[in-house]
Amino acid sequence: MNRKILCTAAILVALAPLAARAQNPGTIFIQNATVLTVTHGNIEHGSILIRDGKIAAVGSGLKAPEGASVIDATGQFVMPGIIDCHSHIAVDGSVNEAGPAVSSMANIADVLNPDDIDIYRDLAGGVTAANILHGSANPIGGQTVVIKLRWGKPASELPFEGALPGIKFALGENPKHSNFPTPPGVTPRYPGTRLGVEEVIRQAFIEAREYKKQWDGYQQRKSAGEQNLIPPRRDVRLDPLVEVLEGKRYVHAHCYRADEILMLIRVADEFGFKVRTFQHVLEGYKIADEIAASGAGGSTFSDWWAYKMEAYDAIPYNAALMAERGVIVSVNSDDAQEARQLNQEAAKSMKFGGLSANDALKLITLNPAIQLGIDSRAGSIDVGKDADLAIYNHDPLSVYAVVQKTLIDGQVYFDRQRDIAQRVTLAAEKQSLLDKEKKAAEEAKTDEKKTEENSERKPEKKPGQKKKPPQDSDGKANGNTTIASGVAGGTR
Amino acid sequence: MKMLNAGLRNGMALLLAAPLTIPAWPQAATTAAYAIKGGKVLTLAGPAIENGTVIIRDGKIAAVGANISIPSDAQIIDASGLEVYPGMFDPITQIGLNEVSAVGATVDVSELGDYNPELVAATAVNPASAHIPVTRVNGITAVIAAPGTTSLDLQSGGLIAGQASAFNLAGWTMDEMQINRSVAMVINWPTIQTSSFDFASFSVKEKPYADVKKEYDKSVNALSDWLDRARHYAQAKEKGSPALYQRDLKLESLVPVVEGKLPVLVIADQERDIRNAIDFCSKQNLRMILGSGAEAWKLKDLLKDKKIPVVLAPTNRLPEQEDTAYDKPYTEPSELFAAGIPFAFSSFGTAFSRRLPQYAGTAVAYGLPHDEALKAVMLNAAQIFGLGDQLGTLEPGKLANVIVTNGDPLELQTQVRYLFIKGQLTSTDNKHRDLYDQYRKRPQPAH
Repeated sequence: MNRKILCTAAILVALAPLAARAQNPGTIFIQNATVLTVTHGNIEHGSILIRDGKIAAVGSGLKAPEGASVIDATGQFVMPGIIDCHSHIAVDGSVNEAGPAVSSMANIADVLNPDDIDIYRDLAGGVTAANILHGSANPIGGQTVVIKLRWGKPASELPFEGALPGIKFALGENPKHSNFPTPPGVTPRYPGTRLGVEEVIRQAFIEAREYKKQWDGYQQRKSAGEQNLIPPRRDVRLDPLVEVLEGKRYVHAHCYRADEILMLIRVADEFGFKVRTFQHVLEGYKIADEIAASGAGGSTFSDWWAYKMEAYDAIPYNAALMAERGVIVSVNSDDAQEARQLNQEAAKSMKFGGLSANDALKLITLNPAIQLGIDSRAGSIDVGKDADLAIYNHDPLSVYAVVQKTLIDGQVYFDRQRDIAQRVTLAAEKQSLLDKEKKAAEEAKTDEKKTEENSERKPEKKPGQKKKPPQDSDGKANGNTTIASGVAGGTR
Repeated sequence: MKMLNAGLRNGMALLLAAPLTIPAWPQAATTAAYAIKGGKVLTLAGPAIENGTVIIRDGKIAAVGANISIPSDAQIIDASGLEVYPGMFDPITQIGLNEVSAVGATVDVSELGDYNPELVAATAVNPASAHIPVTRVNGITAVIAAPGTTSLDLQSGGLIAGQASAFNLAGWTMDEMQINRSVAMVINWPTIQTSSFDFASFSVKEKPYADVKKEYDKSVNALSDWLDRARHYAQAKEKGSPALYQRDLKLESLVPVVEGKLPVLVIADQERDIRNAIDFCSKQNLRMILGSGAEAWKLKDLLKDKKIPVVLAPTNRLPEQEDTAYDKPYTEPSELFAAGIPFAFSSFGTAFSRRLPQYAGTAVAYGLPHDEALKAVMLNAAQIFGLGDQLGTLEPGKLANVIVTNGDPLELQTQVRYLFIKGQLTSTDNKHRDLYDQYRKRPQPAH
């Protein structure tokens, strides 16, 4: 019975913002806003014309075309939708495939959950796109996917069209299982040191290179016209690594310490691939020149530190210092809450390291777009790009800024006023469903009493609310958040 | 002034132009008197004073006003164009008890066993912790370390976790830093939860409701027993001679609790848990402070009726339930304020103590008046924990914990220019700035 109530409530929540979705994007005109383009300055009293989900015009002297639906943003600020380069939202079930040290066959795109309420919550924080990754349990982890936060759409419509897929690598304490004890009776998994982490990655790429050679040879002979050839045996574990070698799949490597970052740069050089982003990269500031020279980006936290040993030298100046030395830097969340305050987190790089306001904005817009290879379509307010926008009531780099609307592909997916207006009706609807359940349960009880007066009663089972484990799977939450309060379930 | 040049005592104008010496070590020198001059002074005890002066002497605030004379021996801090506030106070942290969360050897937050009322945080606060200078850079000048509150600790925090201690964020030893060794008894209210996250197997474990309820009842009965025994102990101590009772540290520590002299800081989040805890404390005649209170907004009438103050979990958190309004944690502070419930912000953390102003700022964005938010990071917690006569406002006689900022202290980009703790100008140097300075100077590597 209780499970039913919970399910009903969940459905209610899932349905809630349906009404907020426009059915036909058509032509939209956002007027009289401070437009933070990120690429070509801020436009006071500016307007944005959106046609068929794309930005058609941006400027200060624009007029609303006939029939356009107008969003009056007087006194408000429009910025490009926030892009979160490291997220674990919208994942059904466990984020980590912790068994093998190389889990490249696992694909996060296979377990996207479009009903995860965190999609809506992050949308309400101005986030329009996110890089969804596996956890950091393996030196070579699973395949990643970039999504748009199209709340209400099925899983098949979440992926960011045309975005190159990625793969998660992880270095340091997590893949060597330093912080979570191996349960009794279980054999510890190799590797247990940073030395072993390097070996696992090198060994996997040696295999991948051999595998690629077999396939290349086969394709060569086949295209030369050879008949009756038997193709090499398919290996779903090595396929993604071959794509890495061919530059068709980005490597997003979870890392902390300077030495392990340099290690991966060396390994990548050895096998001839590029690391697209170093994730977390909390000691990136120590070797910013080497990271810049390797062509990799750095996607870091604003001010997380000391949650584990490899985070003890983390500094809030990391983003600014790496940027100063020429690294493309983004600030990511790794956490559903942190995602909805990324504008605040970006602002901290102005205080710590003196980034300009525009460079601070880049940390959560254009730079993650570049890192994810989607900058031709997102990350700034430019003609031709997708109309993925966040509208705030104040300068988004202020702690006082509140998201008013979030648009993806020109559609309003989040509208604060509409959300507030719907609360009363939703609460009433939930109450009526709860009453109905209660009544049905009482009736069932009476029936039961009548018919099975003497039968043995089964103990009532009350399912707890299913809560996800802490999703920042790299253990960064240790000791610093109140996640355990969220772990608590409870029946009501 | 004497630090700069004793011979220039009469040359005030010259002194204003002289570079100010801030000791590299937190509080390496002791200066008897300071005058913070020319800033906008927000005392939190009256209207803002434009072009005001704050006089500090012997660790205390000596005078505050617009037209007050500056003592001749005072070192002058030119605060023109700057703003002067009381230092911030973070009332639930693990600062000093937790250096690197994942490294057990550096963590002294949660003791083994469920009933440890005799443990006092101050015993093990490490004055050399790198967190202390890192935290004060954002204007936090004093904190409370509360045992058993690291919610993600692999050990449980225990039901009676120990006594929380208030201290200043500067000093060579805990004796110098300490404000009050025991400000509250921490109780982690037992929760009836059928599913919980098990770190050993890294998965969610389910238990039947009946079992969990039985465990819960057992815990509450045990709490009740401890308090009864403490009452008997107090009686025996009062009426009997020392020969007639055996000294018991645990019961001795609970005596101030049952006598209503020491408040209990009860950590609870869900509506039912908070309700149960209030009911319990009410029956037991305990002075309750609610800690965390994620669903305190559901019990405003009860909290107001029972006069229970709330130390709120970080504003920047996710809602408790899937169908809770997305912004509920952000609006909760303004709701409690509107209902007349005393509340304070807190980080509940170590590394995130420096986010305290951010949590208050977010609440302002969602409806809390700005001046109330300032009180909720500077004054309210001091009052809640019985330290209101020492901390929280810029008034004569109070401890001189003062921050001088270049703007709104709740705003993300604001810098703290000067920091006074216990009346001493205190360095804002810290591990993070040191590393920044060090690596910023790293030459380009040869390729």
